[in-house]
Amino acid sequence: MDTLRAAPRTASKARAESPPPRGTRQRSLLRTAGGQLILWAYAAVAFGPLLLVLIGSLRPNAEILRAPVGMPSSFDLSNYTRAWQTASISTYFVNSLVVTCASVALCVSVSAMAAYALSRWKFRGRALLAAFFLSGLMIPAKLGLLPVFYMFQSMGLIDSRIGLVLLYAASGIPFSVFVIMGFMRGLPGELEEAARIDGAHEGRLFVSIVLPLMRPALAVATVFQFAPTWNDFFYPLVLLRSGDKYTIPVGLTRFFGEFAADRGTLFAGLVIALVPLAVVFALATKQIVAGLTAGMSR
Amino acid sequence: MPAFALYGLFLVVPLVTAFYYGLFQWDGTRQAGFVGIGNYQEIFTRYPLRDEIPAALGHNVLFFVGTMAIQNTIGLGLALLLHRNPRGKRLFQTLFSLPYLISPLIVGYIWSLLLSPTFGPINFALRAVGLDAWARPWLGEPDLALPVLILVNAWQWIGGPMLIFGAALGGIPQELEEAAAMDGASATRAFWSIRFPLLMPAVGVITVLTFIGCFNIFDLVYALGGSDGGPGGAMDVLGLLYYRTAFQGGSNAIGESSALAMLIFVLIFGVSLALERALRRREVH
Repeated sequence: MDTLRAAPRTASKARAESPPPRGTRQRSLLRTAGGQLILWAYAAVAFGPLLLVLIGSLRPNAEILRAPVGMPSSFDLSNYTRAWQTASISTYFVNSLVVTCASVALCVSVSAMAAYALSRWKFRGRALLAAFFLSGLMIPAKLGLLPVFYMFQSMGLIDSRIGLVLLYAASGIPFSVFVIMGFMRGLPGELEEAARIDGAHEGRLFVSIVLPLMRPALAVATVFQFAPTWNDFFYPLVLLRSGDKYTIPVGLTRFFGEFAADRGTLFAGLVIALVPLAVVFALATKQIVAGLTAGMSR
Repeated sequence: MPAFALYGLFLVVPLVTAFYYGLFQWDGTRQAGFVGIGNYQEIFTRYPLRDEIPAALGHNVLFFVGTMAIQNTIGLGLALLLHRNPRGKRLFQTLFSLPYLISPLIVGYIWSLLLSPTFGPINFALRAVGLDAWARPWLGEPDLALPVLILVNAWQWIGGPMLIFGAALGGIPQELEEAAAMDGASATRAFWSIRFPLLMPAVGVITVLTFIGCFNIFDLVYALGGSDGGPGGAMDVLGLLYYRTAFQGGSNAIGESSALAMLIFVLIFGVSLALERALRRREVH
């Protein structure tokens, strides 16, 4: 056993110590090519399914049922018009857009104020309050759903988009506060002090000095709040009743029930649901990658 | 402070209330007396919850173990490859983490269409290359459903570990690697004795995040298997069970599901804290 294991090791040692043999260059070239090949193969795995959905959305249903894989025989958008109009994806889409934008705006603005106060004002219990906010990062908020349900019932917020906006804004606060506070730590406080000496009061100071300085952090918080809110399924599943208030995810469950056999339309509906994410992604790829690495590796 | 009010009212208060609800017997939405830990006893002794809780918990554990093994190994492999071939790194990172943005529900629907037994492209492709025997109802067989679920989930989240490992690899000082090469360490040896220990902080973060993600899963299973968790409950998880108990349960639904929520909460919060502590102690500085 030991000799078996030792043999390759000595061999490789000898290889490394002797002057580079002629094969090394070719071998490293080969290794690079192999690496590229694996990377492209995984890219196909990651992106292929999305491509299949996109292609499927352009093919008539009968064609898909005959041959599930294949190119569209002609350029045809009728799946999209059917999904958008007949299947009322348009209603779900607008609901999602309104709820998402309103809650992101609310979440980011209150988080900005909180993060500013927590990182600049000196008051008792500040560390405790910061810890209280950040602990939300680890709390599975969905487990509080039942009390939320009854609380909403007594407040008349069941089947209401306003309820969802408040809930999403609240659940985004820990992460947004975390990101903005981290950013504030790297900002010098001199501009604020100068403004204070010039006699600006706190509200004015916040709006005209602090907010513009915070912009990069606000962008990261916005992007990271947008996708989960757009995607959320659990809250609307429980808290919404009427179909005309459904957001995209709950809408899709109904849509999948109604159009179960109509593959083309289902694919088109999925594509429509993904469009805003694609737009946000295209606009903010840099912030997303930066935010992911910064936010996750701490 | 508006942030404090919002956060407190909709996030913290409900959790405390859930604990409080769990201590009472309920008749519909009416409180019917204080029972202390009665609900906790009940969910472990009364059929069907008695059987469903261990089953769902077991699925969550398997799901976590499988995800750790598959997603993080591939994620690390991709990060290493990208580290060694920086050409096109940005493009690949973007491509690999793209599924990350999509809602788990939509991911579930996408794969349920792709995997569907008769008209799904996956089975079609298998038949087209002559592997007819491999084509099967992927989500319809109890033995296959959970592994398929793990793979689909790994497909979606692989960008996370890849980016974290990538950042950690980039942070390893070049001199260390050069010194190892100079000492004649083979690539494998250098990896296990130089890089891997330095990647431990990343492993820690990823383990905790994977754990939280795996025990919170709901949407993906709902889309792939419906609210019952697939064929014969083969994919039933705690999140689904909580949903069913709370909104389709019997007269004491509030009490029982709140008790269940508390158990899940203690499990997730407690284990992730413990994991974090344990892993932090093993880090190399």
